[in-house]
Amino acid sequence: MKIERFDAEPIRTDALIIGAGPVGLFAVFELGLLDMKAHLVDILDKVGGQCAELYPEKPIYDIPGIPYITGQGLTEALMGQIKPFGPTFHLNEMVETLERVGDALFRVTTDAGKVFEVKVIVIAAGGGSFQPKRPPIQGIEAYEGSSVFYAVRQMEAFRDKRVLIVGGGDSALDWTLNLAPIASHLTLLHRRDAFRAAPDSVNKMMALVGEGKIDFVLGQVTSLQGDNGQLACAVVKRNDGSTFNIACDALLPFFGLTMKLGPVANWGLKLEGDLIPVDTETFETNEPGIFAVGDINTYPGKLKLILSGFHEVALMAQRAHRYVYPDKRLVFQYTTSSTSLQKKLGVS
Amino acid sequence: MPKITYIEHDGMIHTVEAEIGATVMETALTNGVTGIVAECGGSCTCATCHVYVDEAWVAKTGEPSPMEEDMLDFAFDAKPNSRLSCQIRVTPELDGLVVRTPAYQGR
Repeated sequence: MKIERFDAEPIRTDALIIGAGPVGLFAVFELGLLDMKAHLVDILDKVGGQCAELYPEKPIYDIPGIPYITGQGLTEALMGQIKPFGPTFHLNEMVETLERVGDALFRVTTDAGKVFEVKVIVIAAGGGSFQPKRPPIQGIEAYEGSSVFYAVRQMEAFRDKRVLIVGGGDSALDWTLNLAPIASHLTLLHRRDAFRAAPDSVNKMMALVGEGKIDFVLGQVTSLQGDNGQLACAVVKRNDGSTFNIACDALLPFFGLTMKLGPVANWGLKLEGDLIPVDTETFETNEPGIFAVGDINTYPGKLKLILSGFHEVALMAQRAHRYVYPDKRLVFQYTTSSTSLQKKLGVS
Repeated sequence: MPKITYIEHDGMIHTVEAEIGATVMETALTNGVTGIVAECGGSCTCATCHVYVDEAWVAKTGEPSPMEEDMLDFAFDAKPNSRLSCQIRVTPELDGLVVRTPAYQGR
């Protein structure tokens, strides 16, 4: 399988933008005005980053010229604005490795097995990648990947297993419904009898409980017991403080997402904590051709504002042009008056 | 100004003055209470500003909204007195409020 992955024909383009939040999206615009094509990779299944994941309905009041807009509204507006440049999105994917293979050439692989060869890299990863939260159960790491899973890649892996699912949202309910016919025994554990999930899923789950096909239990996991990464049971605390055991072979906790720096930390870039220092003239990192924009970068006076990120990508694009078109002179132009820019925007 | 006491899991106690209208989360961040993370910045979307309201204050701080209750599912070791501190606004009636931070904010 591995060999097949890396024999795949690489996707060749000018810029790879890591992160499809507002700043990553606007990077498409600024690169596009200077004739650079971009692909974007994002670990979420939708564009918009934190705007779409954390506050789609919440108002933002500090976008210049837009007194009020929601996270979702801003995402949609940016998608409209960058449409003329035809960006390609690779959602639900995480960039894993990045290596320099030439002067202005990088080879990048994703966890879905895609390979890119690009001239510049733009890291617009915000607070990092959204990854599942790990419950604070002592020793849980020892079971991860063997008995504890934060996502279901292959349902068959759970055939004839005793499965314990924890949580009350859509992920927990969806996997309860999907795995119920496959698991030998399935228990859904949640701290209360109300759910955030779609009412239809809750009704279906309750019906399975009524038919005696699955168990629904109130409580929270406090510790795990097992050997060599193989889970034997979970110790569960009821709301009255008493405890009991649930025997299980696999545990699937669904506690939402958190942001972690992730593989960015392994690319040999200079870091300050979880942030990437950049030069404020070019927004380039210590590696020529690799840029960092938006919340993930740091420099004297840095403010984590969307508007700062917009400024940063404009300057980034000026420097990126040198790597993509080393022999072309860059003439600064305004969208208001330049017919060539207007042609690119499809408005002339 | 009302005073709020934060008792962190490691025993560190901060008693600070709170601005009326600010949230208990914002007051914690401006006063260096490290047990409150507030990853989402106060949007009620992350459950990393989870606190336990001292039993004596539960009636005054009130019940969590349904949306907040949903987010508390993502908190660890949620208890009946669990709240998200970004959803508690400081009022003169909360002068003397005591909240405790959990062992873990789920990051």
